[in-house]
Amino acid sequence: MGEWFAENGLLLGLAGLDGLSYAALVFMVAVGLNLVFGVLRIVNVAHGSLFAIGAYAAASIGLFFAARGLPPAAGFAALLLGAALVGGLLGPVIERLVLRRVYGQEEVLQLLVTFALFMILEDVQKLVWGVQPVSQDAPLKALGTVEVPFGDDTIPFTVYQLFVLPGVALATLIGLAWFLRRTLTGRVIVAVTTDKEAATAMGIDAAKVTLLTFTFGAALAALGGALASPTTSLVPGIGASTIVLSFAVVATAGLGQIEGAALTSLLIGLGRSAAVYFAPELEVVVPYLIMVAVLLVRPQGLFGVVETRRV
Amino acid sequence: MSQPFDVSRRAAVLGAAASGALLWAGQGARAQSGQKPSELRVGITTFLSGPASVFGVPARQAAELLIEGINRNGGIGGVPVRAFFVDEGPGADHLVGEYRRLVQNEQVHVVFASISSGSCLACTPLSTELRKTTILWDCGTQRIFEEAKHPYAFRTQGYGTPEILAPLLYLLKTKPDFRTLAVINQDYAWGRDSWELWKAGMDALKPGVRVVAEMFPRFNSTDFSTEITRMLALRPDVILSTSWGGELVTLVRQAAERRLFERSTFVLPVAEASMQPLGRTMPAGHIIGARGDHWNNHPRPKDPDALKRFVDGYRQRFNEYPIYPCHHMAQAFSALQAAYAKAIQAKNDGWPNDQELADAFRGLSFDSPTSTITLREDGQGLEDQLVGLSSHGDRFPFAVPRDMVIFPAAMVSTPVGQKSVDWLKSLKTDILEKVPAPIAS
Amino acid sequence: MMSRRAEALLALLLVAALVLAAWAAPWLRFVLTVALARGLAVLGILLLLRAGQVSFGHAMFLAAGAYTVAFAAPAVPETLLLLPAAALLSGLSGLLIGLFVVRYRDIFFGMLNLALSMVFYSVLEKFYSITKGTDGIRVPPLTVAGVEPGPEVQGWIMFGLALGLALACAVGVRAYLASPMGQALAGIKTRETRLEFLGVPARRVLLFAYVLSAAMGGASGALIAMTSRHVTPQLAYWTSSGELIFIGILGGAGSALGPFLGALAFELVRVYAAAAVADAWQMILGAVLLAVILFAPGGLVGILSKRRGRA
Repeated sequence: MGEWFAENGLLLGLAGLDGLSYAALVFMVAVGLNLVFGVLRIVNVAHGSLFAIGAYAAASIGLFFAARGLPPAAGFAALLLGAALVGGLLGPVIERLVLRRVYGQEEVLQLLVTFALFMILEDVQKLVWGVQPVSQDAPLKALGTVEVPFGDDTIPFTVYQLFVLPGVALATLIGLAWFLRRTLTGRVIVAVTTDKEAATAMGIDAAKVTLLTFTFGAALAALGGALASPTTSLVPGIGASTIVLSFAVVATAGLGQIEGAALTSLLIGLGRSAAVYFAPELEVVVPYLIMVAVLLVRPQGLFGVVETRRV
Repeated sequence: MSQPFDVSRRAAVLGAAASGALLWAGQGARAQSGQKPSELRVGITTFLSGPASVFGVPARQAAELLIEGINRNGGIGGVPVRAFFVDEGPGADHLVGEYRRLVQNEQVHVVFASISSGSCLACTPLSTELRKTTILWDCGTQRIFEEAKHPYAFRTQGYGTPEILAPLLYLLKTKPDFRTLAVINQDYAWGRDSWELWKAGMDALKPGVRVVAEMFPRFNSTDFSTEITRMLALRPDVILSTSWGGELVTLVRQAAERRLFERSTFVLPVAEASMQPLGRTMPAGHIIGARGDHWNNHPRPKDPDALKRFVDGYRQRFNEYPIYPCHHMAQAFSALQAAYAKAIQAKNDGWPNDQELADAFRGLSFDSPTSTITLREDGQGLEDQLVGLSSHGDRFPFAVPRDMVIFPAAMVSTPVGQKSVDWLKSLKTDILEKVPAPIAS
Repeated sequence: MMSRRAEALLALLLVAALVLAAWAAPWLRFVLTVALARGLAVLGILLLLRAGQVSFGHAMFLAAGAYTVAFAAPAVPETLLLLPAAALLSGLSGLLIGLFVVRYRDIFFGMLNLALSMVFYSVLEKFYSITKGTDGIRVPPLTVAGVEPGPEVQGWIMFGLALGLALACAVGVRAYLASPMGQALAGIKTRETRLEFLGVPARRVLLFAYVLSAAMGGASGALIAMTSRHVTPQLAYWTSSGELIFIGILGGAGSALGPFLGALAFELVRVYAAAAVADAWQMILGAVLLAVILFAPGGLVGILSKRRGRA
């Protein structure tokens, strides 16, 4: 064992760095899904589509800025703008026109309604952005790379991957925790998450809270997509693979748990990149194995509480 | 809760509606004879959804353009062509049903089947069962003709073995002293098969190369940073990737950003289709292939005007350069035209039936803009392979090959009756001496 | 619930329409066979829906049945042996997995099924040397009671087999749901604790239904494999599971005929949408699903016991 570490310790360190940035992206998508589930009690399959559309929108805006000759820093504005646009426009539309009509219905109908949205939005992406890979790398290029020492060698990492992604994820985690616990709106959301009936009885406008939460969750999904857009290429179908991973995170974390989502994302990120180095065959199943293992020990998820749920 | 009577009436209406719909759906089944039809119906299966639609949609665009051209010039044998497109995206079990629908309901005269190997493997046996001439217009799996006989199926382009062997030979000629290699392929049939083919050929022609990493990231991965870190740490002399589409674009962008291209030589046999979206991001000096000889900058095309017409026509219409699936589609239509001409002539201006059409395909030679392709007796097409080093110039806003080598198809294709892996294992180094000299451009 | 007479009448009409259509158009016979087979799997999902549980990974049992056929067929190319073998094997895996998942409810139940199906999907994809990866496995020509029929006769046999099995299972499920075990299922959905007070072991009730539904999924997969003669891992992908639930709701969960009506409608919509607009069929399917949920939540059968306002 000790020998193995002496031999592979350095690689393990590298795997940790890779896992961190991967975990950051997973977290950004999963935390929005988890938040929405907490309040609406709906597993939103279309969350993956919002991720994809957010990514496409950010890339389009970024490319538009670049074509106008704006400085690379404008690329970052493009990311935020894309996320805000998608969340702010699509979020309320979906919640008002579709989801609102199935509240209180059978769980399966709520799930399917979002599955239907997912199918529709898949084709919408294709009609709007076509099938050729779309990418923008201004934000990535603007920051360049750093050399990470590796024995006698150095390994270049992009600053974006090493600092921006985990940084944004961490800021989101802290900001969300603060928002939910310290602001009035946040506390109202927590109240509705914990006990909708009691909250409504106390005069909280549940309809407003759901709208707000869903919009916020949608914006987080879109932001996740926007953040991913500089590092990857956008093609049809990216939403499908993203969302299925987020499901695993949400169930493992415990419903409505943002810290749980963060810890689970970290576990999945690190587990996955360790697998790439030492057991590539396991890479794909790592998130699911983690989930099954956690639920075996803690049936309500890592941070889940059996009866009363808190955010 | 409704009254039972209500329900039964509703049930009756539903049932009647269902049977009506089914009957309506079933109509149109007519027998097909050797009479000259009013239109030549071609069923085309291609990816219109999912990640492989990066190939499927341009190919469909090319097909539409080609059909317009053919019909402007009087169709095939005086009969206008009409295409029926089918999406491969929903999977093999759906596609098999669609194939039947094309043949039995739409009464197509010929089917162009499939981009993915899975689709081809599922559809090709149907060509025998339904006795319908089927052109395998894009899929590359060597298993098709090496594991079974398909008298009604013909592949009008090359396939996995030459598409892998040609870049391997190019690497052995241009960088003979590499010692270590890493592979990063998509985790699905082509990714696995192409590595098996490469490994068999490499071990035969240059034994002792150390494979430092074999990575098969999940199909449709959107992030390769971990794999790239691992390769940066391993510093292999050569990195092979037969990935394509969005994944190749992502891999190249992430690797270029982190200067992996400066540490290792990349071999990318399916690079061509990803060069446009990559633009200037693709580093120069790495080995790139095109699954055939149809680079838009082919150094000595057989018919330069035809190539220019096709490329310019496609660009004008769709505002992008045609990629290899477009060329494969053009080859399929060229073969179709040649086969009908041959069959009609053999029948003294009569219209061929299914059997006569299939007979015309066997041993057929037809022109592509870049060369002539011949269909072997097993149905496999012999298409030359064009491989070179990535380079940037003024003519294209993206990388195209320089120092190109045209590998004659017969040289890099498995002989009829042999299995590709066995044949590759039996290769001797004298094949390297037969590699043509690169064409300076 | 539908009245007995109405259901019988509907079944009769349906069978007549199917036979007529299959006779009129050979290609439709293939589509209808697949639809009936898929309906069988949906019937299994219906059982779990009765208990209020949504299995978002049920396609794994369908795939297990299909792969059983693909692996066993070269050695035992006998339809009448393969079909029960596939159902048995899927039922057994259903028992194994069921022992684990019936301890969970609602989203955990759904997500665990999803996770396990994704693990199965990854295994089918990863172990290329055994499963041929995404290329899939081709099923060799099969015999029926020792004779190898021609393609035409084979087509009719598969159609007849699917139709017969569909009818038998529909009748069986109907009887099961009416039995005390079936009634107890509905109890899990409404008040599980009450069930336990009555001394009914809820887990065992659910497990029984789960195994039954897994076996039906296996039979369904076997029929699909023997009809399309080609199996791929996509059968187990999460979107396939989503489609199965989709079909269940489209047909209506109120009757044992619902799944088959739904499956027929689904296949026909898909075929015609694909023929009319090959690159937006997904959107059409999604829109149909959305319309059904919003305007006819009882599905095609039209009678769903609505329990609104469930917490």
